[in-house]
Amino acid sequence: MIDPLRTDLVPLAILGGIGTYAARALPLLATGADRLPALVLAYLRLIGPAVLGAIAAVNVLVDDATLRVGPEAVTVVVGALIGRWRDSLLVGMAATVVAVLLLRATIAG
Amino acid sequence: MSGADAKQLRAARRRLAIDSIGIWVLAIVIGTIFGFTAREGGLSLIETAAFSAFLFAGAAQFAAVGLLAVAAPWASILLLVWLLNARHFLYAASIAPHAAALPRRVRAGLAYLLTDEAFALTSAHVARLGRMDLSGAWYAGFAIFVPWNLATLAGWLAGAALPDPATIGLDVAFPASMAGLAVGLVRDRAALAALVAGSATAVGSALLVNANAAVMIGGLLGPLVGLVVANRRRAT
Repeated sequence: MIDPLRTDLVPLAILGGIGTYAARALPLLATGADRLPALVLAYLRLIGPAVLGAIAAVNVLVDDATLRVGPEAVTVVVGALIGRWRDSLLVGMAATVVAVLLLRATIAG
Repeated sequence: MSGADAKQLRAARRRLAIDSIGIWVLAIVIGTIFGFTAREGGLSLIETAAFSAFLFAGAAQFAAVGLLAVAAPWASILLLVWLLNARHFLYAASIAPHAAALPRRVRAGLAYLLTDEAFALTSAHVARLGRMDLSGAWYAGFAIFVPWNLATLAGWLAGAALPDPATIGLDVAFPASMAGLAVGLVRDRAALAALVAGSATAVGSALLVNANAAVMIGGLLGPLVGLVVANRRRAT
């Protein structure tokens, strides 16, 4: 039975949070971020699509250091395009969930 | 602020609110699973809540609980957590030019809430407006923080009563939200090239180098490809 009020691991959570906060805060707290060269600003603008795409791709295409192309990868791409077409993230996510359920049922059946 | 600006701001905030509904659902589902997983891994309610409140980074929290379950030393857990969250440096760097005019304590507060999802919502909001909207940025952060922490508690308390998310298709909600927001940020060929190159590089890195560093590598190299594409178009 776990004591719900035990606090042994709270310091670990705080230490993890300190390092994480440093990564999140240092660039935001540095001065002169708005006076960077145009090339650097252009680079920073492109980080969003690159890193978010990277997260999604690794999530659906890699499993235990192995390439896996399954219904998840197909439906995530289709859902993202539907979301773009309908101009709604919510519609895109809903389409992905429905599509992956249908595809899995089709494959299983 | 002119009438046109106010109208544009209202429209952008409406979009932000609608987009955040999916993120709320995502935070509730994954936060609940984290709470349950942490309990299964032997963490107390207080310890589980501390991970969500202080660390506040989904993938790193799951990784930490996984390592705790196999009695890994704290040093290796911290190293993995910090490595996993190093990509947040890129998020902050990407937003920093838009936030430079904000007071330092406000930037310090926003940094605490800068998760994958908050960055995705904020950068899409900034892209729509062409500038930072402080209310929108706070909303994007708390749209994750509040449901994530409440769901963590609910997951720990509810325990095994929870269904497997894969049985209702919610296991794809996270990659779907990231892909949807990435595609939404594509406004020119450079951004498209950054998206494709970042994704491909990350997958290649995960397969050949290290899965934990893959997103960071993709996030660093993808924009370089985008810049090359932009410069080529300018040169032709």
